[in-house]
Amino acid sequence: MARAVTTQRKIINTTVAWMVGLLIFFPILWTILTSFKTEATAIADPPVWFFFDWTLDNYRVVQARSDYSRFLWNSIIIAGGSTFLGMLIAIPAAWSMAFVPSKRTKDILLWMLSTKMLPAVGVLYPIYLIFIKFGLLDTRIGLTIVLMFINLPIMVWMLYTYFKEIPGEILEASRMDGAGLREEILYVLTPMAIPGIASTVLLNVILAWNEAFWTLNLTAAKAAPLTAFIASYSSPEGLFYAKLSAASTMAIAPILILGWFSQKQLVRGLTFGAVK
Amino acid sequence: MGRIVLEQVTKSFGDVTVIPPLDLTIEDGEFAVFVGPSGCGKSTLLRLIAGLEDVTSGVIRIDGHDATAISPAKRGLAMVFQSYALYPHMSVRKNIAFPLRMAGLDRAEQDRRVEQAAAVLNLTDYLDRRPGQLSGGQRQRVAIGRAIVREPAAFLFDEPLSNLDAALRVGMRLEISELHKRLETTMIYVTHDQVEAMTMADKIVVLRAGFIEQVGSPLDLYRAPRNLFVAGFIGSPKMNLISGAEAAKHNAHTIGIRPEHISVHPTEGAWSGVVAVSEHLGSDTFFHVHDTGLGDTITVRADGEVGLRHGDRIYMTPRADVIHRFDEQGLRIA
Repeated sequence: MARAVTTQRKIINTTVAWMVGLLIFFPILWTILTSFKTEATAIADPPVWFFFDWTLDNYRVVQARSDYSRFLWNSIIIAGGSTFLGMLIAIPAAWSMAFVPSKRTKDILLWMLSTKMLPAVGVLYPIYLIFIKFGLLDTRIGLTIVLMFINLPIMVWMLYTYFKEIPGEILEASRMDGAGLREEILYVLTPMAIPGIASTVLLNVILAWNEAFWTLNLTAAKAAPLTAFIASYSSPEGLFYAKLSAASTMAIAPILILGWFSQKQLVRGLTFGAVK
Repeated sequence: MGRIVLEQVTKSFGDVTVIPPLDLTIEDGEFAVFVGPSGCGKSTLLRLIAGLEDVTSGVIRIDGHDATAISPAKRGLAMVFQSYALYPHMSVRKNIAFPLRMAGLDRAEQDRRVEQAAAVLNLTDYLDRRPGQLSGGQRQRVAIGRAIVREPAAFLFDEPLSNLDAALRVGMRLEISELHKRLETTMIYVTHDQVEAMTMADKIVVLRAGFIEQVGSPLDLYRAPRNLFVAGFIGSPKMNLISGAEAAKHNAHTIGIRPEHISVHPTEGAWSGVVAVSEHLGSDTFFHVHDTGLGDTITVRADGEVGLRHGDRIYMTPRADVIHRFDEQGLRIA
């Protein structure tokens, strides 16, 4: 698929690519810039770009007013916990669907996906009532369970597509070579499935980290993760843009760094199977 | 030792019976080929012997022991798959050593056997590569290497050459035959290619819809096909099958005559027709002849130098001593 590309063409392509990239990145850039401004500069019209008095005041205020580390810890527990729990269920589920499918496997997969089409707010009321009944409101465990269920269909689907790519004959070959079930899983299946498992974990940590609907509705003070931390800085009146931006930057920084270092895995995970 | 006996073995998938009750014995050291059209159950039969599928009923014995309920790992058989089924995350060395590692052999012994197998299969230079870096033929060799290191009771081959190009296929065919001569281990080989069956087998098992149509040496099957199916399946190009008045002359419902048993003449002969297609292979020429009054197209083999072309009239005479006769049920008349 080699195509001759002229230098001029390359320059145009590169410029357009950078422009699109900047356009997508702009809100994040603007948030980060705003977080270093004073509240007055933040709402200045015309907007100030780079030449303002850079200040860390917002971060100080935010840190003083609320305990960032507590929110961060909640986020880590909830995102990590829901992903871990989900994988415990999703791996065996995807495993059996990929390697010992039944007549109904396709239907089950579609049904699982269909639950993602339901607007979340449609089940907010019943879930809220269940949470009250079981005393799960504003608990990390409650939120972990809800987010696990919300993301479970995606985990099973992703893993299923990965496992599907592992040819059954290779597993049979290992059986012929004298491997028992344990050796087959340990030495053949897992090494071949690790890239898939890794990108599924990664994507779901990100999804759970960014999940705002359920975290805002089901938590108050104790179990609130970083999404609630951001939301607490918006208010109907007064100047809050700079502080909100500082809170946002602090909230997205960990996941942004994680995403940056694992972007190769992530892209592979999202486009897997598209190109052989 | 690898004597494999199937007693009244059946296999059904749900309501579909793939293998009706079947008896078969493969002697120790024999090269047995299962051949038949696709969907005839030959691969299923091999997978039953391997233990990758469970029999619905019946008994499989390997060296006299009942192996019916034993897992594939414990049957002591090695298998070469159509897709090679190499472990993509392991080097060639680790691929070949895998069965030895599973058997718990020490590292020195593993290395010794891997080196030995690699030398036999010309893989020594590739031991540290991954399967993805090898050509189709080399991958095939690795798969065979993985099978031979563990010194199995029998080798099972599931259409191992069908992913290779024609030239490589002929080469690998010879290599597998040589390997069999040297190791003298039982081999069971599944193919839909009757040329592979004829050239490699000690014993051919012709299957159709799960039934064994005939078992015999390649020449047995060539000389005395038990019925019309085997007659049509073994031999290339296919045997000419003629029914009607011409068959009645020989007191048969259908007669069969192989293309190589018909002599060709430009002016005189028992039958005549018009050449539709002539295929020049150099050493041989095949004529596909129409309008013979015998029914279907008649195929004949002639010397490579015969210069008849499309539309030419051709005269043909069958050799009387090699005419095969079949009755109404399609069975051979002795």
